[in-house]
Amino acid sequence: MIDLITILYAAIASGTIILYATIGEIITERSGILNLGVEGIMLMGAFFGFYVAYTTESLLLAIIGAAIIGGLMGLIHAFMTITLQANQVVSGLALTMFGSGASAFFGINMVGKTLKVSFEAIPIPFFSKIPVLGEVIFNHNILVYCAFILPLIVWFIFNRTKWGLALRSSGEEPLSSEIMGIKVIKVRYIATIVGGIFIGISGAYLSVGYSKLWVEGMTAGRGWITIALVIFANWNPLIAYGGAYLFGGLTQLGLNLQKFNIAFPIVLLKSIPYVFTILFLLFISLKGKRSNLPKALGESYFRESRG
Amino acid sequence: MKKKLYNETIYRLLIIVVAVLSALIVGAILLLIAKANPLKAYYVMFTEPLSGKFGLTEILVRAAPLMLVGLGIAIAFRSGIINIGGEGQIMIGAIFGTFIALTFPNLPTYILLPFVFIASFIGGAIWGGIAGWMKAYLSVNEILSTIMLNYIAFQVYMFLIRGPLIDPQEVSYGTGVPQTALLSKNAWLVRIIPASRLHAGIIVAVILAILVYIFLWKTTIGYRLRAAGAEAKAAKYIGVNVKNYLVLAMLLSGGFAGMAGAIEVCGVHHRALESISAGYGFSGIVVALFGGLHPLGIIPASAVFGLLIVGADMMQRSVTVPASIILAIQGLIILAIVSSQIFFSNIALKEKIMIKLKLMKSGDKDGS
Repeated sequence: MIDLITILYAAIASGTIILYATIGEIITERSGILNLGVEGIMLMGAFFGFYVAYTTESLLLAIIGAAIIGGLMGLIHAFMTITLQANQVVSGLALTMFGSGASAFFGINMVGKTLKVSFEAIPIPFFSKIPVLGEVIFNHNILVYCAFILPLIVWFIFNRTKWGLALRSSGEEPLSSEIMGIKVIKVRYIATIVGGIFIGISGAYLSVGYSKLWVEGMTAGRGWITIALVIFANWNPLIAYGGAYLFGGLTQLGLNLQKFNIAFPIVLLKSIPYVFTILFLLFISLKGKRSNLPKALGESYFRESRG
Repeated sequence: MKKKLYNETIYRLLIIVVAVLSALIVGAILLLIAKANPLKAYYVMFTEPLSGKFGLTEILVRAAPLMLVGLGIAIAFRSGIINIGGEGQIMIGAIFGTFIALTFPNLPTYILLPFVFIASFIGGAIWGGIAGWMKAYLSVNEILSTIMLNYIAFQVYMFLIRGPLIDPQEVSYGTGVPQTALLSKNAWLVRIIPASRLHAGIIVAVILAILVYIFLWKTTIGYRLRAAGAEAKAAKYIGVNVKNYLVLAMLLSGGFAGMAGAIEVCGVHHRALESISAGYGFSGIVVALFGGLHPLGIIPASAVFGLLIVGADMMQRSVTVPASIILAIQGLIILAIVSSQIFFSNIALKEKIMIKLKLMKSGDKDGS
């Protein structure tokens, strides 16, 4: 059963990748904007974070760089869908194509490079000595710890602050919100940019913090899995923990099937995350309606149409 | 009336041209950042494929699968379902077709080829149909399910061409390249221009495009499909079982992508190999949108994107710019087109531009 600790540890480390992105996408979607560009933004964040870490040897700059590139991609999506009122689905798909292509294009010189700097695990004094739990939870790098706190902060902002109220009402009833004095357009811009920032950071965590290398297309569908997890988490940042780590755990468990002497073609093991995502989606549909689905999600908001 | 239609067409063309130009300008900035000369890169990309038999035939070689995938995407979009699963459907179609061709190598061509294409159609249709069925009856989002099915298809496909279906020669030589054995010549699509890779698949694709046009606009089923996509509620009132039509749309959509797999296997490679889909599943979406989701628009659109893809390959070889820039440019083109919708939907803005256009035209007249 020593394996179990390894699997749980890996579940948290790999779940963190999608946790950042899931939180980012929840922020964006709660304001009423559906951003399907997650995969592309993640790839840009992963490439740019790695590039900055490689050239400057500064981890902080790598994260900041990935955040900026993610925020810029979010800004593009916001401009397309809010100002130009483009179809949100198509704009997001285009962003994914752009991000996949541009990251592969610029990243070609980074393939096979190794970093001189890396995020080291920081065992938390006292807590890391707790058997099992200490090893699984309190012996990670700083980015994993930040991801522990992030959903709590976002939950607090959503439910206990004026900003959160403005954000949520923009996604539910944009027209009424505008009448109540909320600047829906501004709120949606900010939410889409902030969402992009966290998705960018998730990419940098993947390349710099998790796998410590850059490979073309390395997100391998995690951006899309994120979008499924947002629905699974019912747009609630706290449930996002469960979704992300559960997903990380199931995937790791699947990858370790061989160790349990279960005969299964190895290549097919690689399809496990995607099979799980479909099962997650089936589970959601059987559970019935999602109560927190922002009512105005995906719809263009025409301010002029009032007059 | 005719004049109005003419102005409308000019307006639409103008906006598409502006959209593509702005995408290329942003692409040029990317090239500059990568320290490549954009003028030189674009020059190679747009002139070299057009300047010889090799380039011209290669454009059509690429256009054939793009057209088939694009047609499938258009059928799905028109029925209100977004199929991003082209890649997976191509692979499953390719492996179904390959399996038939390898199992019955001695059948005469006129029996074997249709058989292979039907098998590929069924393979792609199953893969698309799963997503369609889950969408219709379990309301599972089709964008997510088709993408997940892409990844699953890739693993299944790789498993098959590395394992059970691998070329026995690869095993005996110990090279182990993941690909199936060469198909018997009976399963090859005839090459229509000697000393080139251009095969009869392009003719098949154009014929199918015309058939899809007739199907969608001249038959009752096609009308109902489009009704289900345009206004599901209204379609229900006129007695359309929207759910079944969603499944049908995805069966057809996946089937067309599957046939693109057959075209690549029988026309180009004569076996199933690793890079069979070559990104056509995604480029097909761009082709479909660029062609206005209309079969007759998709025919020229697939030639345009065939040119872009061949051009990007040539650019990679002669200017050493990575061809992946083309994926970024395709994304930019969609962004530009989708954001230009505002010029169609916003009447006031449209009037303004139309008036300016008219002024420009009358200005020309005065000048001459």
